[in-house]
This record gives sequence, C-alpha cells and structure tokens, in this order.
Amino acid sequence: MPRLLFEKKGNAVWISHLDLMRLFQRAFKRAGLPLTHGQGYNPRPQVSIALPLSVGIESSCELLDFDLDGASVPAEEMKERLNRALVEGVKVLEVYDEGRKIKHLSLLECTVALEYDTGVPAEAVSGLRELFGREEVLMEKKTKSGDIQNQNIVSMIRRMSVSQKDENALELRALICCQNPTLNPMQMAAAIEKYLPDLKPDFAKCARLEIYDNDETIFR
Amino acid sequence: MTELIQRILPTVQKPARYTGGEYNEIRKDPADVRVRVAFCFPDTYEIGMSNVGMRILYGVMNEMDGVWCERVFAPWGDMEKAMRENNLPLWALESHQCVKDFDMVAFTIGYEMAYSNILNMMRLAGIPLHAKDRHDLKGIVFAGGVCAFNPEPLADFIDFFSLGEGEESTVEIVALYDRAKAEGWSKDQFLTEVSKIPGVYVPSFYEHTYNEDGTLAAIIPLNGAPARITKRIVEDLDNAYWPTKMIVPSTEIVHDRANLEVFRGCIRGCRFCQAGFSCRPVRKKSPEVLYRQAVEIMEDSGNNEITLSSLSTSDYRGLKELTDQMIPYCEQHRINLSVPSLRADNFSRELMEKLQTVRKSGLTFAPEAGTQRLRDVINKNLTEEEILTTCANAFAGGWNNVKLYFMLGLPTETDEDVLGIADLAYKVIKTWKEHATNKKRGVRIHVATAYFVPKPHTPFQWEQQITPDEYLRRCRLLKSHFYSKSIEYNYHAPDLSRLEAIFARGDRRLGPVLEEATLHGARLDGWDEYFNYSIWFDAINKCGIDPDFYTTRGYGEEEILPWDIIDVGVSKKFLLRERHRAQEGIITPDCRHGCAGCGANCLLKEVECDA
Repeated sequence: MPRLLFEKKGNAVWISHLDLMRLFQRAFKRAGLPLTHGQGYNPRPQVSIALPLSVGIESSCELLDFDLDGASVPAEEMKERLNRALVEGVKVLEVYDEGRKIKHLSLLECTVALEYDTGVPAEAVSGLRELFGREEVLMEKKTKSGDIQNQNIVSMIRRMSVSQKDENALELRALICCQNPTLNPMQMAAAIEKYLPDLKPDFAKCARLEIYDNDETIFR
Repeated sequence: MTELIQRILPTVQKPARYTGGEYNEIRKDPADVRVRVAFCFPDTYEIGMSNVGMRILYGVMNEMDGVWCERVFAPWGDMEKAMRENNLPLWALESHQCVKDFDMVAFTIGYEMAYSNILNMMRLAGIPLHAKDRHDLKGIVFAGGVCAFNPEPLADFIDFFSLGEGEESTVEIVALYDRAKAEGWSKDQFLTEVSKIPGVYVPSFYEHTYNEDGTLAAIIPLNGAPARITKRIVEDLDNAYWPTKMIVPSTEIVHDRANLEVFRGCIRGCRFCQAGFSCRPVRKKSPEVLYRQAVEIMEDSGNNEITLSSLSTSDYRGLKELTDQMIPYCEQHRINLSVPSLRADNFSRELMEKLQTVRKSGLTFAPEAGTQRLRDVINKNLTEEEILTTCANAFAGGWNNVKLYFMLGLPTETDEDVLGIADLAYKVIKTWKEHATNKKRGVRIHVATAYFVPKPHTPFQWEQQITPDEYLRRCRLLKSHFYSKSIEYNYHAPDLSRLEAIFARGDRRLGPVLEEATLHGARLDGWDEYFNYSIWFDAINKCGIDPDFYTTRGYGEEEILPWDIIDVGVSKKFLLRERHRAQEGIITPDCRHGCAGCGANCLLKEVECDA
C-alpha cells in the first residue's frame, strides 16, 4: 500500500485526527486521485494515519497510508497534485510506493517548548535535568477502559536534552517511545507541573520532528 | 492578538472553528483593499458554514474589486469565557483582525433566536450596541436575511437592513460605501444615500407612535424616506452568482456537503409558512446550468455529498431531467445525491428508491396537523392516503423507521385534531403490519410536535398563539393516547417558541429587552445548553413588556402591523383572503392549478412567475 509523508503546521494543527482524515479524503478527490473504498453499508474511502496526532501539536513526520482506485500516478506528480488540493499547513513531503510495517515504528523525536512570560527561572535548566534524570517519574494515564494507571514516564524517554532558547523559553528535546508503550510528549510538561510546581511554564507546546524504528533508523 | 489566540485554542472545544484557513477561503492583500466587510453569522461556525445565503454573499462581495469580505461566527461558551478573561475582542477568520476595525459589519439573520447572538457579538467585538452611539461611517452595521422582514426588534441596533435576496443589492450597497469612504461622507450622508437603493430600510428614518392600548398608531417616514420598502429579488437565476468554489470546512459542520439551489419561491401556500410567502415569486433555474454547476462544485470541493435544495424540491419542474443526469455522475464518482423535501407522489417514490441516502435516514413526513380538516385549514396539501401509500411502499422495501412532524396550537385546533395525530401514528403501524417484509426488527415511529408560532407575512400573521399551559395540556393529552412501544413521542418545551413568537411579531419596544437579556448572559438561545428562559423572563418584566400582547392577544385585521411598511411582494389583501379561507376550512390549490393572485409576480420585470 502506498504511503505519504506529510507535515501539519500553522493553523492546521487545530484540525483533529478525524477531521484530518476527511480532509485528506476530499483532497484526494479534488486532486483527481480516487481512493479505494471500504466494504459495508456506507463505504468510505480508505486512508489511515500512523500515529494519531493530538490537536494543537505540530509535526513534520506524519505518515498516511492510502490505496488508489485506478491507474497509478508517478509519486512526484501525486505529491504536486495533492499539495495543490490541500490546505495551508498540511503539506505532502514525499510519496512512497510502499511503506514499512507500522509495527516497527517505535521512537519519536520531539520538542516541548516551555514558555515563561516573566523570564525563565534561574534554576529551571538544572531542575528539569534533575527531574528527568530520576529513576522514576510517575504520571497518571487514563486507559482505554477509563481506569487511571500510573506510568513511569522516564522509562519511555530514551534521550533528552534541556536547553534555553531565549530569556523566556526553554526547550526539551527528547527521543521517546511512541508505540507499545506510548508516551504523550505533553506528559513531560505535565510532569514539571506536578513535581516542580515552581517551574510550571505559562504555556507549553509540542512538536514532532522525526520518527524511527527501534534501532533509531528513520522510519518510512 | 494571534499569539493570545494560540494560547487559548488548546483550552477550548473544536478549536479548528476559530482559525480559518480552509480550502477556498479568500485572502486578499490589505494594501489592495478599500472596503473591509466583516460578515457575521449570529450562531456557531457549524451552523453558519452550513448556510447557503452566507456562502453566496461571501462570494459576491469578494468578487468585487477592492472589497474583502471575511467571516465571523459566534464563539461557543468556553471560547467566549476565555475571550472575556483575556480581553480578546471578536476577530474575523481570514485575517484574524478585530471586527471593530472593519469598515462594514454585516449580519445575516435566519431566525429570531439569533437576536441575542447579534448583540452579544457586537459586545464581544467592542462595537457600541446602539446605532445612535456609532457616529462614524466606519463600522456601519447592516443586516439581512428572512428576519429582516420584520426588523423592528433590532431597529435600535442596526443602521440599515437589506431586504430580500442580496446578490445584486449587496453589490450596490458596498459600492456606495466604497464611494462614500473615498469622498469622506458622514454616516448620515451615507444613510440618506443608501436608503435610496431599492430594498434598503433605514429604521432611524421612521418614527413609530402608539395608541393607548399599545397598538401601533402610525409609522411615519422622516426626511422623505420611502413609505414602503420592497424586497429585492434576482429574476434570472441561471445567470446569478452561485458559489461553485465553496469553502470546504476543515472540521465537521451541520450540513457538511455541497449545495445546489434548484429554484426559488414556493407554489404550495401552506398558511403557517413564512418562507412559502416571503420568498415568492417562483423563479426557475435550468437543469443544464444546475448540472454544470453541480459538476464544478463536486470537482472543486471534493465533497462526497450534494443536496438539491429549495423550499419544495419535488416541485422543481426539471427534477427528472436533472436527476437523470446527476445520478450516473454521482454513482461514478461515489457521491451521495440527497434530495430533501420530496413529496409523496409517484415520481418521488421512484426517485427515493434510486437515491442511496434514503436508506440511511428513513422516511420523514410533516403532515403538521392530525386531521384532514385542520390540514385544509392550514392548506397543507398532504393527505393521509398519500402518507400511508408511501409508508406501505417503504415498508415493503424493507424500511422500518418513520418520522412524523406536527404543530400544536394551529388556528381552530380542537382536541379531536390533537388526537388525530395519535390515530395517524396507529394507521402507520397498521400499514407496517400489513406490508412489512421483515417484521423481526419491529417498526419505529417518531412523532414530534412543535408549538405553533404565528409569523409575519403569512395568512396567520394575525392569529393568537395558544398559552404555554394550553400547549402543554395538548401535549399531555396526546401523550396519554400513545400506548404502543413502537411510538416515540417528543414535544418541544414551550418557552423557546413563546419567545420566538414575541420577537417574530415584535416591535421597537423590544429593543430594551434584547439589551437587558444579553447584558445578563442571554446568548446561543438556539442551543439547549445555553437557553435560559429565566433571563428573558426577568428582562421582559424589567422592561415592562407584556408578552401576551405579542402572543396570545392576536393582532387585529385593522391594526397597523410593525412590518406593514415592508413589502415582500405578497399583498396584505391576499393574506387576509387566505386567512378567511382558512377560517372556513377552504383550501387554496397550489399555484400550478391556477394563480391565486398573491401579487408577488409584480416584482418581476423581465420574466414571468414560474409557478
């Protein structure tokens, strides 16, 4: 099944996962690229996005699998036609004839920007390094069945750096588990609020940069 | 401001409705723009983006050189709260600029319960509520839509109204503003000139005086303002603007599909229906043009559904020709073709079978009244036999879901008419028992009743609304006669319809009520989550208004009505004749069986009424 790599930035980050699927279904139609449809009572065009992205998070590494109904179109042409049919902020970067099995996708490189409106506290960088250097940082997570489970988030962070971007912002850059188990990067910002309330940022926002398999090879 | 919005967005539901940036959104370089219009829809994005009128006028204004029209919607409660906490004024989706910085602020008003949103949006934008407190040409506020056919409750707040279809008049209005701005006119100078455009009503140019009993004594035009304002219409729909490059929302809206209007006006003459009279005369659009536009919209938007809209689509003469062309196209491109408001005739039945969408939605009928007698009174030309025959066919075809919509409190209604609704529901069950091919799954009959609201420009514009207590008594009476598990009965709470009735036939004395209620938090009244009758009740009391004056009193035939100076084409004499026929239970056949002489054809100069 063909796969495409796309980015989601700017105002498009506010589009939800389900809305994004519908947006792509329509974009394929506008681009004159008919998709195969599922079976069933009300057949829908089939597209599938690898790791659903939370609303508000930007990304340069989203994968979408699709299947064209009809003649194949060269990858480069498909990319151009789709980009003409998409909205600002959603952009196809690459089209592949075939992708790797999604189950081999396991790591995500991401940033969490921490904004302090009255300036970054002096002890913040060292404080955060200490926090994420601990053996165990427990955070509550809601399971699918609605139960609350404690999750040790540092066990899911393979690497992390803390750096000061400017006088009002810090940046966490981390390589984290994104499948079995999954760490939502916003949990790192939430952990600061829980364990170091004095270092709670005024605003935190997250970005996905790249995805890898378990051997840290870029995943496509 | 944009940075602030970015921080608020993660905290609210469905943030995509506040950002703009959809496919086909129109952006212009402010340096090339002379007139900026903030087009406000007084409800949420999901409702407003489903509104065809707004899509048309958005396109019409943006086709104008030097004019940029942007969209503004009412925020949901969570966003409104965040805006107030952060002093964030209402913004337009395209440029994210504050509404108060625009040259013109336009509202389109489709239903009375949006009035509170208009005032609330003006407050959120930081625009002075009263027209008299806005002194500059910049930021002039105007409004259109069906509610403009009785605009008096809003007279204090809106500088001028544009009556009727806006494709042509909006261009004339905005072009005049363009000139006024260039030549440095005052607001008064502009209002004087704009009032000369046919279809434009400037409320401050009229004085209302009242009799001791509270009825209107006179409507006095000042400074040579026209004595009557006639609504505008588009005569040639084939050559009128139609938005084939529609904005495709990036988030789900109420009617998430492409839309094609097949004709305007209505031949039916149901006596309670405001649109049926105020949208006359009937003007056709040719199937060739419609098919061409349908293909254009579908190819451009990528939508998977298109609906053929009008007040009564099965009355469109070209329906067979159009659907014969569209069905193969839609099948080939996997598009759902939806044809609402089909009637129970043979062709419609065949068409329904061909259309995929019917399988999803089941059958819906709006008999409106339970007995043939009362259906004759309201001139609803739908017989029990038609309903039952259509049901029989549908049940035989495997459907098992029927919705029946009625109104309670119609003129001359008796308990016998109320119980006729129950009888009809049982006849539908009996029909199912006789015709259903698969009885294992049972049958579901949904019955819903609404509280009749008399509307201006209809034969029932003089009628009394029954009291809320009487309405509830009739609801309970009906409910006590439903004992089958197959029937689900829902009735609307009376408060909203009573308020709707007050404003529908309201006058200028209601302005303070709107101001008071919105000051105390009234907004989003069309939403159960927010509608709070006690706010309105308090405001009505505080302003010394008697709600019964506008509702249960009824209006005298000799009385001056607040909307008398507005001419929608249909004559008052005709409405009165229809009222008297209703009282005698005499039907008026639809316009194709013979012209009933409503008068709306007088609005046409180039073409004939296509009824």
